[in-house]
Parts: sequence; C-alpha cells; structure tokens
Amino acid sequence: MHTETILASRLSIGFGKHTVVANIEFMTSPGALVVLIGTNGSGKSTLLKTLAGMLKPISGSVTVLGGVPGKSPRRVAYLPQHPISSHTLPLRARDVVAMGRFANLGLFNRESVEDRRILQTSLERTGAIEFAEKPLRDLSSGQQQRTHLAQVLTRQAEILLLDEPTAGLDINGRKLVADLIAKERARGVTVVMATHELQDAENANTVMLLAQRVVSIGPPDVALRDEYLRECFGFTQPH
Amino acid sequence: MRLALLAGILVAITCAIAGTFVVLRGLAFVGDALSHGVLPGIAAALIFGVSGIIGAAVGAGVIMGGVNLVTRRYKLSSDTAIGLLFVGMLALGVLITSSSPKFPEDLDHILFGESLAVKSTDLAWQGIALLVVGVIGVFARRPFLLMSVDDGLAQTSGFNVTFFQNLMMAMIGLTVIASFQTVGTLLVLGMLVAPAATGVLFARRISSMMLIASVIGCVASYSGLLISFHFELAASASIVLVAVSIFAVGAIATEIKRSRNLRHDELPHQHEHAHAH
Repeated sequence: MHTETILASRLSIGFGKHTVVANIEFMTSPGALVVLIGTNGSGKSTLLKTLAGMLKPISGSVTVLGGVPGKSPRRVAYLPQHPISSHTLPLRARDVVAMGRFANLGLFNRESVEDRRILQTSLERTGAIEFAEKPLRDLSSGQQQRTHLAQVLTRQAEILLLDEPTAGLDINGRKLVADLIAKERARGVTVVMATHELQDAENANTVMLLAQRVVSIGPPDVALRDEYLRECFGFTQPH
Repeated sequence: MRLALLAGILVAITCAIAGTFVVLRGLAFVGDALSHGVLPGIAAALIFGVSGIIGAAVGAGVIMGGVNLVTRRYKLSSDTAIGLLFVGMLALGVLITSSSPKFPEDLDHILFGESLAVKSTDLAWQGIALLVVGVIGVFARRPFLLMSVDDGLAQTSGFNVTFFQNLMMAMIGLTVIASFQTVGTLLVLGMLVAPAATGVLFARRISSMMLIASVIGCVASYSGLLISFHFELAASASIVLVAVSIFAVGAIATEIKRSRNLRHDELPHQHEHAHAH
C-alpha cells in the first residue's frame, strides 16, 4: 500500500540531454502542499511537467500515485502556465471549464448529470459563474485565470500540479486560490504549486527553493532562511 | 455549372471543418505548405498517367513526413521545417512542369483549379473526403479542442498529442487533396482560412464557428461561380476572393460594433459628469 502520492529519488530533470535540476529528493502524502519557488528558468515548470508526464526524467526515479508520471490522467490535473493561445478561441468560459471533464469522458462518452453538477460546482467555487456565458477572449487576465482554475477543479483529481496559479490575480483572487487549495487539501488532495511569491508558501508542508539546483527543501521556516533566499534571489525577506 | 456548384459546396463544408482547426491551432502555414507541396506529386502523376489525387496524396505524405523528420531529428523549429519543405517541393514541382511543353496548361489547372471541368468522379472523391474529414472532426473533437488551448492540457488529459497532431495534419492534407480539382492548390488555402477566420469573429462555440464557416464557404462558392459566369472571370479565384471579401466585411462590422459598444459604455459616465456639474 502506497501512502506517498509522489516519490522522487535522485531525480534529474531537463529537456533531452540538458539537465536543468539534478538530484531532487522529495515525497508527498495525501493533503500535502509542496511549493516550488525560484526565478524564471530555475526549474519549477520543468519539475511540474516531469510530474505531469510531459517530460521524461533524465535520471533517477519518480513515481506519481505509485506509477509512472502521466499514466493516471484521471487522477492528476495540471494547470499550465499562461495558456495564451486560448485567447483567440471562440469559447465561452463555461466551455473551457467543461474541458476539464474530457480526461474522464475520453473520446466518446457523453456528459452525464454528474459531470454537469461538477462543472456547475467548479464555476461557483471559483466565482467564474459570474462570467460563465461570456467568451473567454472578452475576459480580463484574472477572469481567464479563474476559468482555468475552475477547469482544474472539474478534474476532481487526487494530485493538482499548478504552474503559477496566482499569476494575473488581484488580492481577492490570490485569497480565493489559497482558500481553494486549503479546501482541496482538506479532502486529501496533494497540491504541488510553482510560484514567484514567497507568501504563497505560508501554509506549505514543504518548500523547495530552486535555482537550477535544489537550494533548500523543507518546511517554510527552514527552506526560506535568509541565507538560502540570498543564494537564490540575491536578497532576503523583509522582517 | 450544376456540378461545379455541388463541388464548391462539398469543398466549402470540408474546408470549414478542417479550416476551423487550422485557424484555432495556428496551422495556416502548414496548410500553405501542403497546398503548394502537392504540386510535384500531381505533376509526376500526370507524367505517369496516374490519377492526380494519388500524386497529391504522395506529395502531402512527403511534406508531412519531412516536416516531422526535420523538426525531430535536427531540432529546427516547425516553421523553418515547413518553409524548407514548402519551397523544396514547390521548386521540384516547377522543374517537373517546366520539363514538358504540355504542362503550362495543366499547371494552370493544378494551381488555380478548374471548377467548370469537375466530373462526377471528382464529386464522388470529394464526398468521400467530406465524410472522412467529418468523422475525424467528430471523433477527435475533444483532443483537438484541448490542443487548441495547450498541448500539455491535451497530454495530461490522457490524449496522445503526437497521434492527434498527425491526425489533424492528415485531415488538412486530405482536404487539400480533395479540393485541388475545384479551387486549385494555390487557392485552397483561401477556402481553408477565410471562412473559418470569419467564423472566429462571430462564433461563441466551435460548432457555430464550423457552421458559419460552412455557410460562408457555400455562399462564396455560389456567388463566385455567378460572378465568374457573368463577367467571364476565373471561377476558383472568384470563389476565394468572395470568401476573403466576406471576412473583410465581417471584420469591419465587428469593429463598428465594438466602437458602438465602447461609446455606449462611455455615455452613462458623461451623463454622470453632466449631473455633477
């Protein structure tokens, strides 16, 4: 019986033969929040894509829900960073959110009453219900981000891989994301989130500070010590 | 004339389905490369006395396989690979056609179509192509839609992106092959892109985008043939020009609507200021 939801051992990640981050070691349990922090190009998105099965590990091992990453699409949901091509799509916000059920529906299954209930709940939980009938291209960047978050929630997954979910959101939006993550964790969902913002790490079980290598990993008070932040960003947190 | 209109309608609907995904996924350049790249295949088929459709299929296969090979093996961007294959195949086509004195007339037909010379066998081919493209459009609508937003989204939803990308390319290739007799290899791109682009302006759903594109394509085919008949102009060019003109009118109409909406939004504020003073 596997109790860990993600298990990485001596994991090296990157593109092709080019290693971005080497020797990553971590494990997560149901309900855990892992926050990946680092500058652009530090390896946050590469790690998320590896966990989502979009990139193959260069070396080492990684299991997601006891299997190879990418083999459980119904149980793992991924929010890409800035899905900008969607801006030209002639789709209502509701249709974009409904796409979250495609992993469960496959090619041929018809949308059930339960699928529609999940869609409605996700729209309400993210506040996207207010603009559900509007075309996606007419929405502000914050509203679009809420739409994509609602889409991730419709997956009803056991692991959420979120690449900068608070990008483009105002203070209320950021609070909404924090609340959503807290509620998902309460029902046993593991959340791995990449962010630039240190405050997003407040409630994390594990913080991983990345700078094309693992600078630090551990609870927030350990991983975000001044010496590590200085090493990673060149500055420290204001006290 | 009746056969030409029927062929135009079949081409319009086939191009509307494939063109919707060409526009959403930003594959106009691929469509362009396919439409030009089939030229040597058709020319070689004519030399060997084989059906032009078979030659076009071989040409499309070489383009798609070549683009895949160059992008994967030599790590070049897809637009560079498409550009290389596109000019290479076009140059080969021109060399083949310039080698025979019989070709200038045929070349015109290949490049610009011959709507008024469409035969019932061409119609049968187009009907089959429409059926296949329609089935692919229905079968793959979910992965195609996800890929239009983000490849990662499609992959993490359990769909094989490489397979569905190839399927989409095959669908575009089939559309080009089936349509070249009616609108020509150069002008088929207009029917792929213009009606679907007009659909984007007005549609709120993919299905309505396809419907709008189909209707515009059919209207363009009918009007284009009428214009060609009355003014003695090239039929295929007239059809495509009508389709592009409808897009231009649609774009202007949406601009006017947008500026009216903006003015409407500003008016209440102006009233508020007037009351304040």
